Amino acid sequence: MANYVGQRIKRTEDPRLIKGLAHYVDDIRLPDTLHVAFVRSVYAHARIGGIDTSEALKAPGVVAVYTGKDIADRIGPVPCASALPGLKVPDYRVLAQEKVYFVGHPIAAVVARDAYAARDALDLVMVDYEDLPVVVDVEEAAKGGAIIYESFGNNIAYKLTAGEGDIDAALAASDHVLKQRIVHQRLAPIAMEGRGVLARYFPGEEELTIWSSTQIPHLLRTQLAIMLDIPENKLRVITPEVGGGFGSKLNVYAEEALLGWISMQLAKPVKWIEGRRENIQATIHGRGQVGYVEIGCKKDGTITGLRYNVFADLGAYHQLLTPAIPTLTGLMLSGAYRIPAIQINVTGCFTNKMATDAYRGAGRPEATYVVERAMDLVAAELRMDPAEVRRRNFPAADEFPFHTATGLDYDSGNYEAALDKAQGIIDYAGLRAEQKKARDEGRLLGIGISTYVEICALGPSQAMPAGGWESATVRIEPTGKVTVMTGASPHGQGQETSFAQIAADELGVDLNDVTVIHGDTGIVQYGIGTFGSRATAVGGTAMLIAIQKLKEKANKIAAHLLKTDASSVTFAEGCYSCAPAAATAEASEPVVPVGEAPAGAIPEPDTEGKSTLTIQEVALAAHVARDLPPDTEPGLSATYFFEPKNFTFPFGTHIVVVEIDRETGDVKFLRYVAVDDCGKVINPMLVDGQLQGGIVQSIGQALYEEVVYDEQGQLITGSLMDYALPRATHVPWLELARTETPSPVNPLGVKGVGEAGTIGATPAIVGAIVDALAPFGVKHLDMPIKPEAIWRIISQ
Amino acid sequence: MKKAISISVNGVSHQHEVEPRLLLVHYLRDVLGLTGTHIGCETSLCGACTILVDGQAIKSCTMLAVQADGSEITTIEGLVQNGNLHPMQEGFWERHGLQCGYCTPGMIMAATQIIDRNAGPAREEIRHGLEGNLCRCTGYQHIVEAVEYAAKKTSA
Repeated sequence: MANYVGQRIKRTEDPRLIKGLAHYVDDIRLPDTLHVAFVRSVYAHARIGGIDTSEALKAPGVVAVYTGKDIADRIGPVPCASALPGLKVPDYRVLAQEKVYFVGHPIAAVVARDAYAARDALDLVMVDYEDLPVVVDVEEAAKGGAIIYESFGNNIAYKLTAGEGDIDAALAASDHVLKQRIVHQRLAPIAMEGRGVLARYFPGEEELTIWSSTQIPHLLRTQLAIMLDIPENKLRVITPEVGGGFGSKLNVYAEEALLGWISMQLAKPVKWIEGRRENIQATIHGRGQVGYVEIGCKKDGTITGLRYNVFADLGAYHQLLTPAIPTLTGLMLSGAYRIPAIQINVTGCFTNKMATDAYRGAGRPEATYVVERAMDLVAAELRMDPAEVRRRNFPAADEFPFHTATGLDYDSGNYEAALDKAQGIIDYAGLRAEQKKARDEGRLLGIGISTYVEICALGPSQAMPAGGWESATVRIEPTGKVTVMTGASPHGQGQETSFAQIAADELGVDLNDVTVIHGDTGIVQYGIGTFGSRATAVGGTAMLIAIQKLKEKANKIAAHLLKTDASSVTFAEGCYSCAPAAATAEASEPVVPVGEAPAGAIPEPDTEGKSTLTIQEVALAAHVARDLPPDTEPGLSATYFFEPKNFTFPFGTHIVVVEIDRETGDVKFLRYVAVDDCGKVINPMLVDGQLQGGIVQSIGQALYEEVVYDEQGQLITGSLMDYALPRATHVPWLELARTETPSPVNPLGVKGVGEAGTIGATPAIVGAIVDALAPFGVKHLDMPIKPEAIWRIISQ
Repeated sequence: MKKAISISVNGVSHQHEVEPRLLLVHYLRDVLGLTGTHIGCETSLCGACTILVDGQAIKSCTMLAVQADGSEITTIEGLVQNGNLHPMQEGFWERHGLQCGYCTPGMIMAATQIIDRNAGPAREEIRHGLEGNLCRCTGYQHIVEAVEYAAKKTSA
């Protein structure tokens, strides 16, 4: 049987997607479905004087209109899973109560017979607003500004200090201390499929089914059961095809609970499909930090300490993980370096904007950006090569597990190997010589480097807000087909394929005999979901161990059928044999494929007198169960819940070469080389895809993307006309390579790769632009770096 | 006041009475049940709803169904011929040109027009041809390779 792991296997999920036959939420059609549209606040902060729904209720096709009063005591608050000490948690309801807190805040839900009628009636709902002072800027919010929640007394949701070592002493003893204000602008995740919910209640059975475009079906089920006060075992969440998430669907949203509740009121299916304008207004944003970094170093470039004082723009309320995101920034402030003293001081602030939460990388891109920008500042100050400053501060490959002053233990790594490889591919020395020549000619050529490390495989339950394990059930059906049920919830990552590769190898079966099922709480055992680059490292491991359990049982049954003892049975290439010698002797004997066995209610196993049995034949015998060892349960399935003992820490080096057009300030990429190490690779093609997508999202952050609110809290970038995403013409050819340092944290040796691109790339791109503009004395620029900003520097 | 339209979609002719304001993409999805064509922005910026109208790639979220009266339309569901994938579909599969798959039908439809117009497009020409279509997952590189694959296969 083929060895699938490590090969570029084409995805098994693709045929339905490329034929247009897959089902996203909006593609699921139920008879008599009603459609929901939302009246959303046009003010960033206002008291609601009154809401008149009478005209809307008279509109053709309108069935009902609900406002905050209707749900006040009937649907619980939108949950926040973060439990930081002293955290202030606003009571955020699914429809606005007395006040609205941001543009896009849902005020009323219109239910109508079709989506056009629902949309028409929105304009007939009259909302009386009394506008209130707003606070938009996060630093202003920290200082005071307009107070959003009077009962809290100020806009500070929490303060947190973390880190090890004496940072004051470390900085005081440094030869140089460099300081920089760093802005991580707000970004919109923009999954190409927005959110969408379809809810159907059966009043007789008292069963509610919710189809939602989510990354966390089981956690969503638990939270919705609490919000709606219904038994969790009467609620089923189904995650059909999901058109991208990037963290934006790692959440529990007002609309999900409200749709369930409306379906229960009307006893009909109800559907809401988020429009793109709603998506930019009312789906979580990412990043949104303004921070001040101080880094200390010795004359030789040795880093002595790092402090980061950061104001986190939380938005108007907490979504599921809002306050937790900056804590991940704090964890990763050691980057790929030995830094004896580190301190982070977080001030999490409320502003009159949409909540921020996990967007691809979720706090770690911010950390990497801070550390990598700081390393560049050190290099510039000491007139050292930025690659050499980094190399000087790497822990050596034999120092792992490596303890950081942020309290982590990096599992494994060889940072120098990745840097060497990237420098080799791009001919770093030659490049620097070329840059010197270019500068002499007046050309603005820049080279940027990032040597990042990230934290993946989230994570040990003690360190997680809601359990960090993952689950799997593996079953071999009577006909020999293998069913894997994973608690992970892939939405583009390709785990239907990569998990099948692992399972097929372990069981010695054909890849096409394996089906991976996910995203349906009615079928799959409880799971945690897909986020934090965890699905393969944690969920894949759960599957692997479930398979091993299943094989232990199959081994026992096989021994019984082969009329020998379990210890003298061997398993190779999907077959149980009495002994290696016997197996060789019998290898030519044709094994009847189970699929061709005579048909009955269940086919009859044909095991008599054989010295070799396929695991699929054993599965059939286990189901027929007429000849099993004593005290053996019939059937062949196993379930495992895997609790990881540590996170994993992928790493790599990205090197970017840009040239800036003196006339226009336009940035042109000349080379992009990325050497990434995500541990053992299951499918190189999928890993390449994850990295390319992540790097291009980084290009978006570095050059184009920014959620902009004006001083009144109006969302200026409210459509894709204004919120600029990278297009095919904007991005260079990416030259990818890898080193492979297995993780000791899980038996697969995998680390995770979902977020590496958005973590590693941004500082390299910004570093390259800053380097290109070094002749103008530029040491740092804030993102997104637009041609206008560059042009102004050149034109000074 | 509804208006009668007659449209051929993937070789099958349809007659319906539709509201004049009904978007073509909603006609395809909600009236004909062809849900392979997706909606990603409603402002013709993302290209997820790209289809062919009389052989031209257009964004069906900003065309009315009544404007397509008398047209011949091809959607993603119409690309498979005699059970065989279109070379562009094959290319996307072979070269991992999709992840979440949501932009994919529009991408594939737009890409078929690139190679219809230019049998051997250079990478820069492919990128230019895809500029009206957004993908948030792939970073476009594998999509460019998918189009190269299809171009090669089509001209072979």
